[in-house]
Amino acid sequence: MGRRTPLYDRHVALGARLVDFGGWDMPLHYGSQLEEHHAVRRAAGVFDVSHMAAVDLRGERAREFLQQLLANDVARLKDTGRALYSCLLNEQGGVLDDLIAYYLAPSWYRLVVNAGTAASDYAWIEPRARELGVAAELRADLGLLAVQGPQARAKASALWPAADAAIALALPPMAAAALPSAPGLLVARTGYTGEDGFEIMLPATGIGAFWDALIAAGVRPCGLGARDTLRLEAGMNLYGSDMDASTTPLETGLAWTVDFSAGRDFIGRAALEAQRRAGVARRRVGLVLEDKGVLRAHQPVHAPGAGDGEITSGSYAPTLARSIALARVPTATGAEVTVEIRGRELRARVVNPPFVRHGRAVIAL
Amino acid sequence: MTDTPKDLRYTDSHEWLRARPDGSVEIGITDHAQHALGDLVFVEVPDAGRKVTAGEACAVVESVKAASDVYSPLAGTVLESNTGLAATPEQINKDPYGAGWIMRIKPDDPGQLARFMDAQAYAALVASAAE
Repeated sequence: MGRRTPLYDRHVALGARLVDFGGWDMPLHYGSQLEEHHAVRRAAGVFDVSHMAAVDLRGERAREFLQQLLANDVARLKDTGRALYSCLLNEQGGVLDDLIAYYLAPSWYRLVVNAGTAASDYAWIEPRARELGVAAELRADLGLLAVQGPQARAKASALWPAADAAIALALPPMAAAALPSAPGLLVARTGYTGEDGFEIMLPATGIGAFWDALIAAGVRPCGLGARDTLRLEAGMNLYGSDMDASTTPLETGLAWTVDFSAGRDFIGRAALEAQRRAGVARRRVGLVLEDKGVLRAHQPVHAPGAGDGEITSGSYAPTLARSIALARVPTATGAEVTVEIRGRELRARVVNPPFVRHGRAVIAL
Repeated sequence: MTDTPKDLRYTDSHEWLRARPDGSVEIGITDHAQHALGDLVFVEVPDAGRKVTAGEACAVVESVKAASDVYSPLAGTVLESNTGLAATPEQINKDPYGAGWIMRIKPDDPGQLARFMDAQAYAALVASAAE
């Protein structure tokens, strides 16, 4: 038996097919992963992501601390409520996790990190924070829901009093706000699907009632299976598959999340600069399978004239009705590769992710 | 509650066998199997004329999450495969014992069919399997 979120009994009652994810018993789907994927692209779906963790950092030197800790620069968050996406690196420039950092108040930031790395992230962060007099608190009292899709923000906001609904609907992307009617709740216009929507952090004691209200309002419960096909179509990395401590952001498509502006030393900076000087040998690409089949992690990729790579994550893409993947390949890789699947070399086309935006394919089909 | 038609035979790897009037044996995967796999997105079927041995993996069904081998329960020759599954793999989910048939085999030994478990035994197997 793995760890369970406060919504576990509801998942069972909804007929969820449960699977282990990072030591948690989570819903893979509630009957049809494909239908759940389409519901998010076309209407609204809700995901229980309470297995993820929020780490609050409080102290006068919190900003200074995070500027040393993270590869992206939190000083870019000029106003409270703003958020950014960053990697957490080790001294070799390897990715320990990817996360979203929120600037909640002067002297108060929140990091939302992945479930499988929450404990190791906290063990890495807490003593380093303490050295600067910053307190790091793992917020086990909070649950987390993602409501995603073109109707998501409207349906979620309709559950709050009008003044709070207005606050939520006014949020620009990558910004968050507290709602006066819901103490402890933080609503953020962020997501992992490529659609618009909210991620909502709230006290675990209230998450059941809020989930019930979303379902009653017609928002479709969606599991981790759909979450994976949605994020893949959106060109978003999955930690542990597309990057890990043995890879740097520069070779996993995340160079854009590293702020190399002068005057800020952060953990891993020297290693990344050395890699840049030497020339980054591998890069992340998107692949679209041209022959019939399904691309999957670890399948070998052969790039003519450039060498070999491998698929880091792959799947059938429901919105595109064909298989796609993210792969790590030699930097010189051209427009076409082959992928070895069950002993045969299948043809795949190289593209720049994302594959889907606003519910539509943005790659040539 | 999964469906287990009484006129079929079953394997412990969740294939079903149907004796056809012309002596061939039609093979597919059970309702339990398609439910466990989830939405199927790709099916690879064997070429007609291929000789298969008992227990040989000769087809692949892929759901979004994983690929799964389908085994020929009998030794024989593939007479035809359901090539329509290339365009509509979901037929296996919707109608696993009908339109979702995977292949038809001419068995080397038709008597082997009776060796496989009947509906009652298969239903008991599924019921006792750990979730």
